[in-house]
Amino acid sequence: MSGPSDTHDHGHHHDHHHDHDHLHPYDPDHHHPHRPDQDDTMTYYKVMETAVRQLLIEKGLITAEQVHRQIEHMDARTPANGARIVARAWVDPDYKKRLIESPKQAIAEIGHDIGPMHLIVLENTPEVHNVVVCTLCSCYPRWILGLPPDWYKSRAYRSRVVREPRTVLREFGTEIAENREVRVHDSTADMRYFVLPMRPEGTEGMSEDELAAMVGRDAMIGVVEAGAGGAGQLAAE
Amino acid sequence: MARYSVGDKVKVRAAFPPTPPTHVRTPHYIRGCVGTIERICGEFGNPEELAFGRRYGPKSMLYRVRFRQADVWSGYDGAAEDHIEIEIYEFWLEPAERENAA
Repeated sequence: MSGPSDTHDHGHHHDHHHDHDHLHPYDPDHHHPHRPDQDDTMTYYKVMETAVRQLLIEKGLITAEQVHRQIEHMDARTPANGARIVARAWVDPDYKKRLIESPKQAIAEIGHDIGPMHLIVLENTPEVHNVVVCTLCSCYPRWILGLPPDWYKSRAYRSRVVREPRTVLREFGTEIAENREVRVHDSTADMRYFVLPMRPEGTEGMSEDELAAMVGRDAMIGVVEAGAGGAGQLAAE
Repeated sequence: MARYSVGDKVKVRAAFPPTPPTHVRTPHYIRGCVGTIERICGEFGNPEELAFGRRYGPKSMLYRVRFRQADVWSGYDGAAEDHIEIEIYEFWLEPAERENAA
């Protein structure tokens, strides 16, 4: 597989070379090795969800449009929301103080309602680096970061980051000095966690928007430092 | 009322109720370990009851407990000052005044 337009990973090598821009004319003999569709198996919980939703709609308790709007609302949450919170905290020490003391109110100030979520803001310092995991499932501050990345839900990350956090961080390209504490937070119950990364050096003159652009999702989970990019991959994946 | 205060030494009960059908939010790896109360999170519904639709039972106080990694994992290879913090419900905790470094 080669060529600059080839951005797909089909998980194996084709025995013939062709452009993967998907603009080629229809050819019935040309088959991509697609992964099987997964929408044909109605699992117990899929049936349950559909049945309950249809009942609620039939009984007039909710409407299909409300369900759709709620899904759109959930999908609209992205790590950019968290990045704005971080950037504000970097430029405004009073805001940072409020954010740590009462996250719900401080986040509402910049226009986000975190709903019923009980959030704890973990500030990274020269003495402490924080990293978040949910060993039991995949608890995640979805109200500000959107959906969790796949690796966050993987058994490898969940089981290893509690036991050998420095090794896992290294796999994300994050080296924590031996004299700096690594503090793992296992999100086991009713709290959700959000890491406030350290502001990178050399960013003194930057605007709040420029700073926000430096804060990736992974920095707010704590597997990388801010400014280190957000495309970390777990080697064990 | 919270039975424990910030700074108290506590031990996580080394109990292993049969699973399933229980819904326990205390990870196996932390049971039997001794740590320190980091903060009191407040009262929450007991997930071991909520999971079965029993919504009106007594609430339980929830704590964040801080453990030295070296006390949790034998042969932990990080720094001596590395810690792990976990939310644990009061009914999973026992006082551990004089049995530190279990």
